[in-house]
Amino acid sequence: MPKNRHQSLGLTDQDVLNMYETMLLARKVDERMWLLNRAGKIPFVISCQGHEGAQVGAAFALDKTKDYILPYYRDVGVVLHFGMTVKELMLSAFAKAEDPNSGGRQMPGHFGQKKNRIVTGSSPVTTQVPHAAGIALAGKIDKKDFVTFVSFGEGSSNQGDFHEGANFAGVHKLPVILMCENNQYAISVPIQKQLACEKVSDRAAGYGMHGVTVDGNDPLEVYKVVKEARERAVRGEGPTLVETLVHRLTPHSSDDDDRSYRTKEEIEEAKKKDPIYTFASYLKEIGLLTEELEQNMQTKIASIIDEATDYAENAPYAAPEHALKHVYGN
Amino acid sequence: MPIMSYIEAVTAALREEMERDEKVFLLGEDVGKKGGVFKATQGLYEQFGEERVIDAPLAESAIAGVGIGAAMYGMRPVCEIQFADFIMPAVNQIISEAAKIRYRSNNDWNCPITIRAPFGGGVHGALYHSQSVEAVFANQPGLKIVIPSTPYDVKGLLKAAIRDDDPVLFFEHKRAYRLIKGEVPADDYVLPIGKADVKLEGDDITVITYGLCVHFALQAAERLEKDGISVHLLDLRTVYPLDQEAIIEAASKTGKVLLVTEDNKEGSVMSEVSAIIAEHCLFDLDAPIKRLAGPDVPAMPFAPTMEKFFMMNAEKIEKAMRELAEF
Repeated sequence: MPKNRHQSLGLTDQDVLNMYETMLLARKVDERMWLLNRAGKIPFVISCQGHEGAQVGAAFALDKTKDYILPYYRDVGVVLHFGMTVKELMLSAFAKAEDPNSGGRQMPGHFGQKKNRIVTGSSPVTTQVPHAAGIALAGKIDKKDFVTFVSFGEGSSNQGDFHEGANFAGVHKLPVILMCENNQYAISVPIQKQLACEKVSDRAAGYGMHGVTVDGNDPLEVYKVVKEARERAVRGEGPTLVETLVHRLTPHSSDDDDRSYRTKEEIEEAKKKDPIYTFASYLKEIGLLTEELEQNMQTKIASIIDEATDYAENAPYAAPEHALKHVYGN
Repeated sequence: MPIMSYIEAVTAALREEMERDEKVFLLGEDVGKKGGVFKATQGLYEQFGEERVIDAPLAESAIAGVGIGAAMYGMRPVCEIQFADFIMPAVNQIISEAAKIRYRSNNDWNCPITIRAPFGGGVHGALYHSQSVEAVFANQPGLKIVIPSTPYDVKGLLKAAIRDDDPVLFFEHKRAYRLIKGEVPADDYVLPIGKADVKLEGDDITVITYGLCVHFALQAAERLEKDGISVHLLDLRTVYPLDQEAIIEAASKTGKVLLVTEDNKEGSVMSEVSAIIAEHCLFDLDAPIKRLAGPDVPAMPFAPTMEKFFMMNAEKIEKAMRELAEF
């Protein structure tokens, strides 16, 4: 009998099945968006494929009733767990008025939903790291016990705002979890041309924070380190930099063709470690995920996505003059 | 009514707002124990403690960015950039983030941050301690830019900036800090952001300016008055978005308009003021719109000869006023 790895982490059987279902949902939503894009129905997709294990493992380790998250553009798995619905993601993909992220103003992947404490983001990368420090600082002044979770790619860890924000969080011992989803490519530029140090997590030392690198294909490993990071943050021991090693299973975006900078073999190799399959294998090996259960999940997810797609496709756009609204509040 | 210097009015506004609302806190380099390099935050660290008067690491993008995060949460951060010249590393945070947060989230989030910075020359500050940077931000919808000229306006407008639900850049002329004094009521008052102020009613020529130049223009107007030339003087106070109504009214009144800024001429705030007048007042004008500004060189040099050459003063304004009056 294979070893049960989740019980010792405090996760129930139902928890891990929920994690798998969220990962699968993120994957299937993403796949549908690519189909819609290739069919000419939506202008742009930027993918979570290959990152779902890291995203969902991390999100489950947070307190979704009070923590603030500052996701980056690939974090479909994170925002789904924090309460954004598939319908809302589809409304964003179709740029419809009802899209809670931006009312159809921003490209897909620019998440934001105040009621779920998903903090609005932009396209210039890593500007959200100082924001995460600022929200954590505000919580400290306001005597609240939430943490902030901020994610980004390894290329983005070169930006000044990563370093300035990490340093501020370190100096003020703020409850911030910085998570890098290191997929080895910043669009086309490989990690060897991005970082002179071996690991992104090596950078933690410069800011007096704990740094750790884990296999991002394994949601349980990610859950464990993010959970520990959250506990440290709540104890007042400051921020943690978590580096998750993942693979980007698609081109950078629907406008990218990755055949010009990486080989087919490399992607085939990465697909063998696809977190959707490896986590499903684990759940099957320990007898939790039966064929019937998996089939039910697939059917349920397909129907949620179908319904969301139809709804979003038929939903109205914002009126043209709505472009003039909400520059200022007064 | 108490007489205060321009910088004392800054401190008073900060103190009163921090006493009024515990969500107000300060963040910047040297703002804590030292009380600021100009002493704008003097005494506040002692009164409110290090949790609300925070000495930030020397990194401007984080000062703005951390403030933006706290503002999105619902706090009222007042961030200080030590010199306006050093705001450049924070431009991405201010323009890509603060200015767009309400708009990009379709009104779901907002960012009530105030960013204060001393600007302007005439203090031997050379290239990087003398600049006027308002034009960098003055075409960014979502931002408001306030530049007060008097201690009275400083207190009323800084309070308004802190209470505003959107990001406000508050530029304080550093030479005005101790040079300019005036009456400031001890009570709580706010002045409206976005409203210009008529400093002088006159009939012969109109002068529109802001910041320290308002005082130079007042001095020049006094000299012209002796020769029977009456000057209408408008202080913009908010340089973005502009008070178009007040500009049109002031320009139409005399038909002869002089626009004064210490900033470089091309692309300055005054270029936009000029465009507004050209669009709306063509048939009321009796002379070409005249701009008086700093030369189009990168910044103010250190040597006193060159600094004086660059810097605005009452004499330069007086000369331009007389030429316009005689046109």
